[in-house]
Amino acid sequence: MMRLDSTDRHLINLFQRDLPVCERPYQAMSRQLGIAEEDVIERLHSLQASQVLSRVGPVFEHSRAGASLLAAVAAPEEQLDLVAARVNRAPGVNHNYAREHTYNLWFVMTAPDEETLEERLDELEHQLRLPMLRLPMVEAYHIDLGFPIDWEALP
Amino acid sequence: MTLHHCPESLAMVPEIASAGPVSAWGLLRLRRQLELGLPLTPKPYEILAEKTGLSEHEVMTAIRQWQAHGLIKRFGLVVRHRTLGYTANAMVVWDVPDDHVQALGQALAHTSYITLCYQRPRRLPDWPYNLFCMIHGVDRQRVMNQLATLIAEQGLEQTPHAVLFSTKAYRQRGGRYVSHD
Repeated sequence: MMRLDSTDRHLINLFQRDLPVCERPYQAMSRQLGIAEEDVIERLHSLQASQVLSRVGPVFEHSRAGASLLAAVAAPEEQLDLVAARVNRAPGVNHNYAREHTYNLWFVMTAPDEETLEERLDELEHQLRLPMLRLPMVEAYHIDLGFPIDWEALP
Repeated sequence: MTLHHCPESLAMVPEIASAGPVSAWGLLRLRRQLELGLPLTPKPYEILAEKTGLSEHEVMTAIRQWQAHGLIKRFGLVVRHRTLGYTANAMVVWDVPDDHVQALGQALAHTSYITLCYQRPRRLPDWPYNLFCMIHGVDRQRVMNQLATLIAEQGLEQTPHAVLFSTKAYRQRGGRYVSHD
């Protein structure tokens, strides 16, 4: 478990959204934090290296940035890791989780367009030899993961 | 890769796209580069300009317009909640009457501990649920308490639902829509 100092926490609290778009964005951030520009860059490097951040940059709106679809399969429990590895090898998979249900493997597949997405899903379903639940988004009511971190509740 | 793979990114910035085909290709390259993350150097947009053949000004203008038009919904630090200790992640799915799903979806979306909320199609008979929400929590008990509160507040005692805790993350990363895999 990562324990972050107060400056790291402050950095995350302030910049999960609205990262400055100007010539020296890290300098602009450093002024708000009261630290040096190099310190901001160094902290971002280290937060990425320790996997606290997956990246610095944009979260694209799925429905407008390309095609994506949530899918699930019911894998035999003893083959779950194997099936998950096969899913990860398929092009365009960006989330892949084991969950507690008969449908025990849930993943999101992405593609540049709907046609490619269907092809990728068909190919994967054929490889896995497992019926695939395909659950496209009908409507998003809330789609942003930039929620405020509850630092006090963390272990 | 051909341009028709990604028409929307071009439509989103008509002011730039009208500058000509070189810029159009540059924008496509910019999308790809951004999906990998912003360079951690003092002038990241200049680096992106060098990599895409656009000017630094064009790069910044494109990003601002994509934000304004909603193609980019959020631009900043993308946190891996699991690393921080958000280890309990429950997908809660509900079978809601069709004429009520939108109202409930909107209500759930405004609940502080719900981090995602989508309507999706049922797949009968295997899958009866049409509303999905996600609760990211520090531990399982806390998530179950939040769910109990939610059920009481929204009067969902009679609504069929299932709670799917995640037990392992095999992959978690941003979408790469225009990159080659």
